Amino acid sequence: MKNLSLKELNLGLASKKFSSVELTKFFLNEIKTFNPKINAFITVDEEKSLQQARDADKRISQDNMNELTGIPIAQKDIFCAQGWKTTCGSKMLDNFYSPYDSKVIELFNQSGAVNLGKTNMDEFAMGSSNETSYYGEVRNPWNLDYVPGGSSGGSAAAVASGMAPAATATDTGGSIRQPASLCGLTGLKPTYGLVSRFGMIAFASSLDQAGPIAKSAEDCALMLKVMAAHDTRDSTSIKQNIPDYLKSLDNPIKGKTIGLPKEFFNDDLNQEVKIVLEQVIDSYQKMGVNFKEISLANSHLSIPVYYVIAPAEASSNLSRYDGVKFGFRAKEFKDLEEMYLKTREQGFGEEVKRRILVGTYVLSAGYYDAYYLKAQKIRRLIADDFKNAFKECDLILAPSCPSTAFKIGDKTEDPVSMYMQDMYTISTNLAGLPAISSPAGFINKMPVGFQLIGNYFDEATILNFTHQYQQITDWHQKTPGADV
Amino acid sequence: MSWDIVIGIETHVQLTTQTKIFSGASTSFGMPANENACLVSLAYPGTLPVLNKEAVKKAIKFGLAVNADIAEHSIFARKNYFYPDLPKGYQISQFELPVVSNGFLTIGDNKKIRILRAHLEEDAGKSVHGILNNQTGIDLNRAGTPLLEIVTEPDMNSAQEAIAYAKKLHNLVQWIGVCDGNMQEGSFRCDVNVSVKPSGSEKLGTRREIKNLNSFRNMEQAINFEVNWQIEQLEDGNEIVQSTVLFNPDTGETRAMRSKEEANDYRYFPDPDLLPLKITQEDIDDIRSTLGELPEVSIKRLVEDFKLNDADASIITSNKQTYEFFQSLISEGLDPKITANWIVVNLFAKLNDNELSINESPINKDQFVLLIRRIMDKTISNNAAKKIFDLLWDDPKVEVDQSIESLGLKQVSDSSAILPLVQEVIAHNQAMVEQFKSGKDKAFNALVGQVMKLSKGKANPGQVSELLKDELNKV
Repeated sequence: MKNLSLKELNLGLASKKFSSVELTKFFLNEIKTFNPKINAFITVDEEKSLQQARDADKRISQDNMNELTGIPIAQKDIFCAQGWKTTCGSKMLDNFYSPYDSKVIELFNQSGAVNLGKTNMDEFAMGSSNETSYYGEVRNPWNLDYVPGGSSGGSAAAVASGMAPAATATDTGGSIRQPASLCGLTGLKPTYGLVSRFGMIAFASSLDQAGPIAKSAEDCALMLKVMAAHDTRDSTSIKQNIPDYLKSLDNPIKGKTIGLPKEFFNDDLNQEVKIVLEQVIDSYQKMGVNFKEISLANSHLSIPVYYVIAPAEASSNLSRYDGVKFGFRAKEFKDLEEMYLKTREQGFGEEVKRRILVGTYVLSAGYYDAYYLKAQKIRRLIADDFKNAFKECDLILAPSCPSTAFKIGDKTEDPVSMYMQDMYTISTNLAGLPAISSPAGFINKMPVGFQLIGNYFDEATILNFTHQYQQITDWHQKTPGADV
Repeated sequence: MSWDIVIGIETHVQLTTQTKIFSGASTSFGMPANENACLVSLAYPGTLPVLNKEAVKKAIKFGLAVNADIAEHSIFARKNYFYPDLPKGYQISQFELPVVSNGFLTIGDNKKIRILRAHLEEDAGKSVHGILNNQTGIDLNRAGTPLLEIVTEPDMNSAQEAIAYAKKLHNLVQWIGVCDGNMQEGSFRCDVNVSVKPSGSEKLGTRREIKNLNSFRNMEQAINFEVNWQIEQLEDGNEIVQSTVLFNPDTGETRAMRSKEEANDYRYFPDPDLLPLKITQEDIDDIRSTLGELPEVSIKRLVEDFKLNDADASIITSNKQTYEFFQSLISEGLDPKITANWIVVNLFAKLNDNELSINESPINKDQFVLLIRRIMDKTISNNAAKKIFDLLWDDPKVEVDQSIESLGLKQVSDSSAILPLVQEVIAHNQAMVEQFKSGKDKAFNALVGQVMKLSKGKANPGQVSELLKDELNKV
């Protein structure tokens, strides 16, 4: 059952080769074996998962199944799931059991999928290495001394190690694509507004977007089909006809055009990554795809703009964690103010505090115009760059990350070098565009991905192109331990 | 030295919607603590606001009623501060682009009070002290209740003008059905900005803001105290420091809050969870069609069509219930002037004495109509009617006609019965007759009084004066 695609699992369940209970037990067992080393899961609840598996088996026996019925899916611990501890990787929510389901969880439940457990993540999704989690760092299954990336590091490590067939994740500045790249997986960040944020714990509301991390474009298409839905409980959810992403996977791509932003393919680009990307370009050219140089003139401003807007929103979003209503409350305090101070001092980790401070600063009277307002203006320019670029091409190809995974502890003392991890992913969050990272090879035995960025709501084309690439390459089929 | 008073008012008007402004939780008042606190009210992780369109409609309705501009595009912003009754750690409000701007209300002799803006926001919950042992409780039932904050320019120059504006606004928001006006329950609360400056000076003085006034009486007291205090300070050579003050109704004094209580940088920024609010001309036209007649138009109609005097007309339109009650009486064919007089003088006296609103009046409407009809058809005099009105107030089962009969209050309108009484009074009051003849009009009223007395109050006073005039001419 290990390393089967979602489609193969679906066929196995439908043909009664194995039951959902058997499948779920198999993965729970894998978790028992590998999680102590990898630390990809924060919460596993066998009884809850098996109950869902039994329900799924019933549905299957009644011929009432769809693509994900009975398949165990790992859920990032940012999604509220009723009755499940939902921590967002923070001590602040260590005692928080959600009384309700997020839209994403609701959709998976409706489809009959099994919640396999809640995956580890950087605290409140703030981080690029999964080292800021209150529950300890997650290790990269390809080399346990290395980080899996973040913030969805638990989801990526769970899938890469075979503890889960697929996982949900969220991406605010690269948190789906960067860990996918570092763990040799396919990770899709959809268009902002395609997947509901209802019940997904907020980091930076105007940037947060949920999507899948899985082994292939095909698996991502299946996952997205379930996750994408209009939701009246999220005012930024967009009413949109959801196409069948599976049907367009085999569409011809010959004669289409991919743009290459000259600002990404410059001297700053890591030479080894550059060689990998050239091979990707070569593969597409062999399939008859044209390439064209384009310009994203303001992309160098993405990181500074992001590190104004995201902390600003986060500083406000995280104000609710004050010890009054739920979550952690400091034990001893003499008055209200001290209760606030100690609760937030003890409940939040360093990176979260750093971003709350930055966000509070940029929104303060006298600084708002110089930072927040200016950042919003540049954000618009960045989006306009993409808009113009898509007049000339169907998709944009870019690096996913500046490098492969780095060693645990290497960047924890230098937040800015950590922030640079997202230099190729952040601009699409600022613009609200969809983008995918797909495995493209290995550098020194560690996986590396490439990124395809699409136009608004054009996930189908992104998945189509990625799938076609994965038809002529096998990087996405490599698993840790393989000779690479 | 003489001083000018300058006053601006910010009013928090609670909009009458079934559910909260950003969630489906009920807004009903008086529920057990936290009964109306849904997950959104509690700011649970992952919850999101969804705008209640009814609140927007009511804001637009208000904007139209004060001749304001309705923004095609307005923005919800977060106002960030920590307080236990503010569950999210920020209040969703409007800052740079409010839904309503540039309106006005007129008070008194057509003085325009400009309304700078009116914006939508959510209310906070409240802290409850003294219930739990040494601990403060939080009740979030009110958290998320829709408010319209209405901000004037500093256009009022006395406590009287401020009260006139507040009363007018209070009436208007109820009249157009956007607020229940209940000041005890906090549905209508005023913050009053007060400053003084040397008479005629162009430059405004430093203002102090009196927070959360929830009765007109408190408002008047607070403003008067504050004005006197500020003048005293300035005359003593002190400077006024801009600050927020609280009014203590027990002492009648205002007191500045500790500076720490107000040292807030709210870090406003557009709420990324909510899209910009778009309002089309079509939306505006739809709402305009539901606006109905505004009190100022109704006053005009009372004066022009029914010939009421200005004072009666403005009392009748001081709230919609009274106006509707008046209209319903008129539709029964009653005389508008007599009816208005009875509402303004007799009914209101009783209501005020008993601190009741017109909705709480115990008077049986059918019997009230009959009572006025009996005055109109001269069956009883106005004075006799008052006696029956008292009975009606105490017991709604009282029947007007039966009471007239049993109390013998039927008015005598038969000339042949009144004439002998008139003649008798003339015969016995020669001195007064002489005075009348020599031009003293007062004497005439005294003679009417004598006839009425002789008739035991039953004679029709109008007929008495006519007959008396005729008879005196003969003398």
